[in-house]
Amino acid sequence: MASRRNSQHQKVQITLVVNGDPVEVAVSPHATLLEVLREELGLTGTKHGCELGECGTCTVVLDGTPVLSCLVLGIACDGKSVDTVEGMAEGPALHPLQETFADLGAAQCGYCTPGFLLTAKSLLEENPSPTREQIKEALAGNLCRCTGYLKIYEAVELAAARMRGEKAEPTEESIYGRR
Amino acid sequence: MTTTAPRTETPERTAPQQLRVVGTPQRKVDAVAKVTGQTRFADDLALPRMLHAKLLRSTVAHARIVSIDTSRAEELEGVKAVLTGRDLPIPFGILPVSQDEHALAPDVARFIGDPVAAVAAVSEEIATAALDLIEVRYEELPVIESAEHAVATPDPRIHDYGDAGNMHKLIDLEFGDVEAGFTEADHVREDFFFYEGNTHLPMEQHAALAEWSPDGKLTLWSATQTPHYVHRALAKVLELPASRVRVIACPNGGGFGGKSDPFNHEIVVAKLAMMTGRPVKVALTREEVFYCHRGRHPTLMWVKTGVSDDGDIKGMHFRTLLDGGAYGSYGVASTYYTGALQTVTYHVERYKFQGARAFTNRAPCGPKRGHGTPQPRYALEVHIDKLAEDLGMDPARLRLNHLVPPDSVTANHLRIGTMGLGDCIRSVVEGSQWRDKYRQLPPGKGVGLACSSYISGAGLPIYWNHMPHSGVQLKLDRSGGVTVFCGSTDIGQGSDSILAYIVAEVLGVGVGDIMVVTADTDLTPVDLGSYSSRVTLMSGNAALQAAERARDIVARQAAKKLDVPVMRLAFAENRVFDTEDPEQGMSFAEAVQLAEAAEGTVGTVGSYVPPRSPGRYRGAGVGPSPAYSYTAAVAEVEVDESSGIVTVPRVWVAHDVGRCINPVTVMGQVEGGVYMGLGEALMEEMAYRANRGLVHKIPSMLDYKSPTTLDMCDVVTYLIEDPDPHGPFGAKEVGQGPLLPVAPAVANAVYDAVGVRIDEVPITPEKVLKALKRKAKGEDPRYGPAGFPSIEWPEATRVPPPWEGGDGSAADGTERTMLRGGSRGPVPEERQH
Repeated sequence: MASRRNSQHQKVQITLVVNGDPVEVAVSPHATLLEVLREELGLTGTKHGCELGECGTCTVVLDGTPVLSCLVLGIACDGKSVDTVEGMAEGPALHPLQETFADLGAAQCGYCTPGFLLTAKSLLEENPSPTREQIKEALAGNLCRCTGYLKIYEAVELAAARMRGEKAEPTEESIYGRR
Repeated sequence: MTTTAPRTETPERTAPQQLRVVGTPQRKVDAVAKVTGQTRFADDLALPRMLHAKLLRSTVAHARIVSIDTSRAEELEGVKAVLTGRDLPIPFGILPVSQDEHALAPDVARFIGDPVAAVAAVSEEIATAALDLIEVRYEELPVIESAEHAVATPDPRIHDYGDAGNMHKLIDLEFGDVEAGFTEADHVREDFFFYEGNTHLPMEQHAALAEWSPDGKLTLWSATQTPHYVHRALAKVLELPASRVRVIACPNGGGFGGKSDPFNHEIVVAKLAMMTGRPVKVALTREEVFYCHRGRHPTLMWVKTGVSDDGDIKGMHFRTLLDGGAYGSYGVASTYYTGALQTVTYHVERYKFQGARAFTNRAPCGPKRGHGTPQPRYALEVHIDKLAEDLGMDPARLRLNHLVPPDSVTANHLRIGTMGLGDCIRSVVEGSQWRDKYRQLPPGKGVGLACSSYISGAGLPIYWNHMPHSGVQLKLDRSGGVTVFCGSTDIGQGSDSILAYIVAEVLGVGVGDIMVVTADTDLTPVDLGSYSSRVTLMSGNAALQAAERARDIVARQAAKKLDVPVMRLAFAENRVFDTEDPEQGMSFAEAVQLAEAAEGTVGTVGSYVPPRSPGRYRGAGVGPSPAYSYTAAVAEVEVDESSGIVTVPRVWVAHDVGRCINPVTVMGQVEGGVYMGLGEALMEEMAYRANRGLVHKIPSMLDYKSPTTLDMCDVVTYLIEDPDPHGPFGAKEVGQGPLLPVAPAVANAVYDAVGVRIDEVPITPEKVLKALKRKAKGEDPRYGPAGFPSIEWPEATRVPPPWEGGDGSAADGTERTMLRGGSRGPVPEERQH
């Protein structure tokens, strides 16, 4: 069972750059970045699956690197930039990964989706042409119980192709199965 | 909204049209919300002045609660209310015959994790701290550790009801004389199997938020698959009129059956909100989700089958023993399901089923994807593989030669409609190059085949009544937009989208012109819930009926205006027009305006009740369905003989879905089902430490192994479409069926690869190594159970199969009887699923 925590600590003022906007927020010293985002800033797009660093659901991008926000303290992020799923869309247009996740059914229940999107986005920024094996490797820390991951791989591959400027469409087999 | 009464006469129908939406790839209606983080799951909700609740859970597996002292917790600053079992004395449960749960255990704690007290405080931290201040004195009782232990230990009883001692349920059904079948058979074999329990592991932990209004209205938002049954449980336990209780099911972050019961925490936050007058929220930890469980029943099985030389099944006798855990849940239905669907794939001439469910001091088991059928399906499909080898037949050929015919009735009186299993088998056999691989791959590599079937919704409701299983209301107005109201719950499978696609198809408007309002007991007509793969077929049929009625109204007025017969009108591309002169027409919005002007506010209803099933014996309530889906799979495996590690590079799967409403969501269900089946086949298990008083060994995602991207196999999918007359546009289920053949296909492939039988799921390296060791020593090359305990079965209910003149009734004349819900005492007979 959960242990008692000391709630008497005074809050600490920190500055974050959240999805490009500077934000000042007072955080409890023991509050995780996940809690700061969800409970202090109202950014509930970042989900929690375990609070123990086991599932990847709470992944956000911290100074350009995907991290598990349940394992990072808010106060440790002072002065850093945090990107969440709420900041992924490019103005009114979806990010190519968001488009392909929506089109291919890579988001079923959608709960793990923000974590997968941000991990995939980081991968594509580092490697615009990942192989299937590299995609699997990059996403190995994110669990999904709905999709069996296959539509997620296809969505990442399709978005990668489009981001490289190719005119790519989903394959017939991806949508209708093998005939 | 006013609704137009159902018309009694058959209205004139519009012109037949090509499908424009159904069968084409579509985004789900909530896809953009989900990829932008805008979907509001239960734990994303917050209300002003909201309190946070935590549950204190039992630290012992079985104990009398001697006393609970909450005084120190109540004194902690920030604590607003503390509850114990005394505050919520009325029992509840999903089935009317198993009302054996309390929101907080009043006298006996029955498993580690059973809630005994609850706190509401101004913060989650204070609520958690308050739990530490509650002192519970337990008087420990003997612990029942397993189903076999329960069979051998009738006393002390975990519950004071059930069929005998710690046997919750005992079933004995006989369809024809199986012993005569064994005598008639050329070959008889028997096998033992064990399927370990496992859990749903949805990514979203359960959460609920309750709000009480001083005018006597309660609202609960919850991560539930079954708002209708939560509604019933809240009204019952809190003694509120159901009309004053509103349950809103939030989009579920994965369900898989794990959010299908009314839960302790839902009732607790409602009670706390009523006591404090403030909104109260609870968000379970991952550890607590493991205690909620309701997952796969660990099941021991024995099967004996007699076949002719060409594989015709003359008789089959199947026994199951389920470890139900501490509470009833859906367990009575689960037990029946372990015996119901053996007959719907291959023709079985005579069939006997004996099933038992035990109470034990483990987290309660319940319905997980495939509900009660993955265990017997695994056993049956491995058993068939062994029979084929005994007979020297190709297992694909044996199956193909003995398929249940379409439009037939099985030995246990299940009515089969469309039946695409033959096409499924042929697809995966051809696709996998089965004939070049089976028994021909190099050592360490193998292929295995297995098949399955699943229901497209249960033929009978949990509470037996004559009301619709699913209802839909439609609102049309002058904007040209259409709103669909339905009680169905989207758990990620896309049920909201199915409603939109079907209505868009019928009314010829865009999917984006449809608004969907679902899963809100105040706003939406009842749908029984997202379980038993019922939603596409049932809510889809209700939506289809409502949409056709709306089209009739609009067409009537458009036809008048255009001065053409209704039957010449078509609805497409947001227009209503004359099929013989397509230029002659109007926008859909204009047509609705005409209807609104002529007939008043436009609204319709649709509802769905499944067809009657032929079975009339006691127990015939589990198994009937409007339509059965079929699946075949071939798994390819590699077995490392030094480590025992089994890897599955690829699975070929073919699923008879009747018709795809949206192929993208169908593909997702097939692939997701194969994934979950692979996890159960290779690694997932609810493991307990018997020597530590049944502490759940691994209540975390790190230690509960589930497949990652590095474990998942490639999947080659074939969608078999043969529209079923009972499905909307011919659609059958796909949410559960594709999981079923995976574990037996993998087990059969392991045998093909290294010649050992692993008759126990999951197929872990340890088990493979043990079997290989036995093989090397010249012993029986298998790993699995060696026996089945002696159980005192009740007298068999004998029902002659249709071909012996049976009319679906028991030979002794006993018939199914109505359920009586609400009491914990003995009840006549269950008719639930």
